[in-house]
Amino acid sequence: MSTVATRTPGSPGPAATTRPPVVLRPPRRSPWGWLRALAITVVSLIFAMPVVWMIAAALKTNVQVTDPSVGLIFSPTLENFRSILADGEILRSMGNSLIVGVASTALSVVIAVPAAWAVGRFSMQRTGSVVLVARIVPAVSLLVPWYYLFAQVGLVGTYTVLILSHMFVSVPLILWIMIGFFEGLPVELEEAARTDGLTAFGAFWRIALPLAAPGTATASVLAFIFSWNNFMFALILADENTKTMPVTLFSFISYASTDWGGLMAAAALMTVPVVLAAVFGQKYLVAGLTAGATKG
Amino acid sequence: MSRSTTDAPSLPATSPTTAGTTGRTSRGPKAPRTFEQANRRLKWLMLSPALAFVGLMIVFPLIFTVNLSFTDAFGAVNADNRYIGLQNYADALTDVRRFWPAAWRTVIFTVVAVTLEVVFGLALAMLMRKAFRGMRMVRTVLMIPLLATPVAIGILWLLILDPTNGIANHLLGFVGIPPQEFLGSVSQSLPTLMLIDVWQWTPMMTLLLLAGLTTLPEEPEEAARVDGATAWQRFRHIILPMLWTTLLTALVLRAVDALKTFDILYATKGAGGGSSFEVETLNVYAYGLTFDYQEYGLASAVLVLFTLFIIGVVVLLRLRSGRKSA
Repeated sequence: MSTVATRTPGSPGPAATTRPPVVLRPPRRSPWGWLRALAITVVSLIFAMPVVWMIAAALKTNVQVTDPSVGLIFSPTLENFRSILADGEILRSMGNSLIVGVASTALSVVIAVPAAWAVGRFSMQRTGSVVLVARIVPAVSLLVPWYYLFAQVGLVGTYTVLILSHMFVSVPLILWIMIGFFEGLPVELEEAARTDGLTAFGAFWRIALPLAAPGTATASVLAFIFSWNNFMFALILADENTKTMPVTLFSFISYASTDWGGLMAAAALMTVPVVLAAVFGQKYLVAGLTAGATKG
Repeated sequence: MSRSTTDAPSLPATSPTTAGTTGRTSRGPKAPRTFEQANRRLKWLMLSPALAFVGLMIVFPLIFTVNLSFTDAFGAVNADNRYIGLQNYADALTDVRRFWPAAWRTVIFTVVAVTLEVVFGLALAMLMRKAFRGMRMVRTVLMIPLLATPVAIGILWLLILDPTNGIANHLLGFVGIPPQEFLGSVSQSLPTLMLIDVWQWTPMMTLLLLAGLTTLPEEPEEAARVDGATAWQRFRHIILPMLWTTLLTALVLRAVDALKTFDILYATKGAGGGSSFEVETLNVYAYGLTFDYQEYGLASAVLVLFTLFIIGVVVLLRLRSGRKSA
């Protein structure tokens, strides 16, 4: 596809106003166009290179990692991954992250999606502002009371408390994304279904929910990623057996700060799944992340 | 959470199937259940599990924390704590060794980082406004810093910025800049972390502003172009005012998160924000008071002050947005 294929004839860019359209030849870029392309390339490199460097470092030997003159040209080795996975701690905490992420996301979807529909359909925007409150309060101020409360019932250190604490982030997130999504669905479809004999709940269950599947998927992936990344909750509420990947990674800094290769391999194990999600779900994830921001 | 899926289906069955009918139903012997009433019950049924969950997770902790802030709780939250009135608040607000420097760092970090993020984010969004080849790839690249695990990002920058073995000093050497200490020095740590924050969150700003830019109508800008307005004039007087609400929403969201930055500070500098507290913000300070020193009373007072401060910032920015867009 050509660069200017998206331009409609009616709204030519600055380049086209100054010269007649050239046929049979791809339109040349103006100096500004080249500058813009260069700027975008440089900026993309700035954002991408650190993560590329992480993955490269994970594939280097420990001598190469600490020698900055070894750039991106080297013969990769999986030695770092082999050594950190042999320990078992990384795999266990990745498993914990997976359990907590999946469970907290699934439960959050179950309670947040119907709530989002209610807010979106019955315009209860004030209720939606609960989301903002949950975002404002510093998590540290919740951790002591949570710890105290959950210690009373013997839940500290269990998956349950981790799942509940992560849900505190994902319920507002899913609510926020899905309110916008339901508001965007034409209400006529549900009204038509109601006329045809479906109840209000039936209209939600059989009409709105299937239509909202892409939005729900987006919200779920984002909720999972934020759970996967969450550091502070597990730092306090998890114990040795339930601690999640970021906590394990953090403990590696203190105890093995010279093993850069191992650290980078562990960091890459955390980051690569997220990068893959970004690559394959780019369009949806951008829509989810920016949901609600343009409404003002 | 089971309520919405088990009870709800039976509920609206009592409602008439079409709007505007009399509302009498066979299953509502007492009061005639109108369509609206049935809907009201349904919407609360759908809403209550989520509201109850968030409410329970937040209301009890807030009461608990405010209550603790008036006590001398130390070592354990449930021991015999004495109420000491506003003493913790007085202690915090007169503490020029830890509290005020931390508050100052929080403000500086947020103002500098968020300002740079808005400026760079807006510039990049304007660059990417018109479609170009590779747009999808660039947007994917932009997602990576903001979705990657902050702790992993912190470790990564520790390697890149390592004073002796890092690639950053190696690259600076090519352009004749002497090696820097970065996170290894007291004076450079906070600026370095601001730049890492800018790297991490400028993409978020860009994506939000790009989303805002695509919703803007094209006619005003075209009209201005026809009238001979320069690119800068069109940006300053047409695009920026139209984008203002999106910009402020993005600013509020980012500022709240920047004030509360924790993971990357803690991962790179450890407890207390380093040996001289050089990156200790209010959040890191409150965390340390709570979990390293068990000063629950004082920590709670700091947290209440911190929360009030964040609310103040949000209200201030919202008020500004109201005045500007009106």
